This record gives sequence, structure tokens and C-alpha cells, in this order.
Amino acid sequence: MKGFWHDAVEFFPILMNGVALTIIVTIGSLLLSTVLGLIWAMMRVSGIKALSMLSASLINVIRGIPIIVLLFYLYFVMPDLGVTLSALQAAILGLGIAYSAYQAENFRAGIEAIDKGQIEAAQSIGMGWWLTMRRVVLPQAVRIVLPPYGNVMIMMLKDSSQASTITVAELALQGKLIASSTFKNTSVFTLVAVMYLTMSIPLILLVRHFEKRAGKR
Amino acid sequence: MIELSDVHKSFGKVEVLKGITASVQKGEVVCIIGPSGSGKSTILRCINGLESYDRGEISVEGLKVDRDAPSIVNIRTQVSMVFQRFNLFPHRTALENVVEGPLYVKKEPRAQALERGRALLAQVGLAEKADAHPPQLSGGQQQRVAIARALAMQPKAILFDEPTSALDPELVGDVLGVMRKLADDGMTMVVVTHEMGFARDVADRVLFIDGGVIVEQGPAKSVLNQPQHVRTQDFLRRVLHPL
Repeated sequence: MKGFWHDAVEFFPILMNGVALTIIVTIGSLLLSTVLGLIWAMMRVSGIKALSMLSASLINVIRGIPIIVLLFYLYFVMPDLGVTLSALQAAILGLGIAYSAYQAENFRAGIEAIDKGQIEAAQSIGMGWWLTMRRVVLPQAVRIVLPPYGNVMIMMLKDSSQASTITVAELALQGKLIASSTFKNTSVFTLVAVMYLTMSIPLILLVRHFEKRAGKR
Repeated sequence: MIELSDVHKSFGKVEVLKGITASVQKGEVVCIIGPSGSGKSTILRCINGLESYDRGEISVEGLKVDRDAPSIVNIRTQVSMVFQRFNLFPHRTALENVVEGPLYVKKEPRAQALERGRALLAQVGLAEKADAHPPQLSGGQQQRVAIARALAMQPKAILFDEPTSALDPELVGDVLGVMRKLADDGMTMVVVTHEMGFARDVADRVLFIDGGVIVEQGPAKSVLNQPQHVRTQDFLRRVLHPL
């Protein structure tokens, strides 16, 4: 145990570099997946058949490819096609795209849960599609969507570790590097696990807050 | 002002409107009565383009109703609708519900819209509820807010789709009172209703619809007091004397 604390003090600063990258990857891909997910969801509910089918197939393609393969593709294959991304860019792009499919389905479920009478009331006062979305549907859908959105945040935080497979030195990879050069596997990976948990706990509490608020109405 | 000519409408294989021809003059109050499933609500929903129709033509002030044409916005701002289940926006206060259309569809100046919104809430007897959210209001209060929301568009006509059917009996009177006042002020109204007393006292004309056709129509008192058609007689007997 004494050894652990000694190791912890020694490795903590290096692991914190990994934490910084983990947070950057998580926030970056969260923002990207939110924007893309909203676009896919809007296409899905647009009522325009071509758009809705395009979005449905996109979502299925994205869902059917493992994140790790998506990352390899962006990082190792894209250069052959003339597009070179840094490891960090490829990680954010890959995770963002991969999660946009889940975000889109979540947003769509939220939008479709809104009572049809709400949309008719909006139409009856002359609102068009976009105004109905912006003023009536989306503000109500947010309440429904937030709890699952919080869960996606937690999953993304943990899945950001997959960026290690394309050399992004985030928390998991930093840990692995230290462990393989010091052989202090127990100390290092315990520390890594505790650091992930520490970052997850605020998010878990946030989800609980969202759930309580959503349950009130 | 509102003209329907040989309007047909099917939902899948079920034909709900089988050639409706009718007109509503400016300032007229027309009640549509009939058994459920007869197509009453569908007629209203076709007039403001919430529902499409298959054949025939509907026009409002000479403008053809086509829910896929841009002109539908123009028609909807002239013909407001009040729904059976109120359909207020639950995330906005009563006043915000009322001024939503004026502010975001008609782009009225904020101060002016709010002032008129408050006046409309006062007109329906809810001045003190301006800041309440719909879930905090009773059904009758919600429906009166919905009427104020319809009025806020300064419409030329209002369509009422069974406005009191979802209300507790003791709250029906408040809503009918507001509607009667509107009628007295000369508002053009088309009301789908089961309130025969309201139809008799307030309506200029009554249409009795059954099976997707207008079975009988005429001045309210004559249709309700001396129905000519056997189906009308039968319907009225069942509505007025259910036991």
C-alpha cells in the first residue's frame, strides 16, 4: 500500500497529461456528435423522403462499423486518399461520427415523443416547419432527451480510451506506456481506473439531476 | 367567406367525407353536429389545411386551401383553430402562448403584442393567470387561453373542434360563455359541438352530418326543433334524451 502511494505521487503528473487529452477528445467528439446527431435527426423527421432515407442509411452504416475500425480508417486509410489528419483530429472525428448515430436516434425519439397536437397547434397559428421545430418541438424534446444524453457523455468519456489505438496519448495510453516501462502494472492501472471513475462521477450525478427534472413534468 | 364544394376525403380505404358542399358567410356562426366518426372534425381540419382532401375544393376568402402550397400560412393566420384538447404549449406561460403567433409568425413589435395579449387574456377572464403555465390551469382555463391564442392572430374566422368535450361539466359554461360573447361581437365561427343548447341559442345555422354527407341543414332552431330527416330526428333524440 505504501508502495502504491509512492507510485501514485510519482506517476500522477504524467497521467494528468493523459487526462487533459482524454477531456479534449471527449468534449470534442461530444460537440461533433451532437451537431451531426441533430442534423441526422432533423433529416429523419423532415418529412422529405430522400432526406429521411439518406439519414437512416447513414445511421445504419455508422452503427454497423466498430469505433476502432472507424478510427483506423480515418488515421491510416485517409492519408492514402490524400487527407492527412493528426491522431487527435482523427480521434475526435471518428468518435464524433460513431456517436452521432446514437445521438441521432436519441434526438429522434425525443422529437417523436412530442404530442402531435402540439405540432398542429403550431401549424394552426401559421408556423412553418422550422419555426415549429425551434419554438415548439425542440424546447420540449430537450427535457426528454437530456437523461440519455448524459449517459452518452459517460460512454464517450470511457470510449475516448479507444483513441489510444491510433497513438493519442490520452489517459489509457499514458498508463500503458508507464506500466510497460516500469512494470508497476497494479499501481498504474489502479490509478488510471480511479481517475476515469473520478471524471465519471460528476457526469453520473448530472444524469441523476436530469432524470429528476424530466420526471417532474 | 369559407366555401366547400364537393369535398371528398378518405383515410386509406375509409371514405370519411363523401362530397361536402357548404359555405359560411362573414359574421355567421355555424354549428356542425352529428354522431362521432361522421367526419365533423375532418371538415374543420381540411379548412385550415391540417388535413388534405382528395377531391373538390375548399376556399377561404377566394383563396384555395392547399396544405402543400405556401399560401396555407396566409390562410392559417386568417382562420384560427381551437382544439378539443387545448394543445397549449406546456413550456410557455399563458401570456407567452397567446403572443407566440403575433411575435414569431406575424413579427409584431414585442411591447404591442404583449399589451394585446394581456388584453385578450382579460377578455377571456384570465388576466391574473398571465404568468401561469398550462399544467397549473384547469381545463376550462386552458381552453380559454387557447381561445385567446386564436384571437391573438386577429383571424377573420375561428374553427372550434369540440371545444368543450374534454372539460369537466362544471367548466363547460365558462368556455361557452366566452364563445357566445365572440359570436355576439360578430366573429365568424364554425363550431363542431355536442352542446345542443349552445347550437340552438348561438348558431345561425346548423349542419347535421352523418356518414360523411350533410344530411340536413338550416336555421339552428328549425333543424334542432323540427328536424325533417329521420336520421337527424334519431340523432337528436339520442343526444337530448340518452336514457
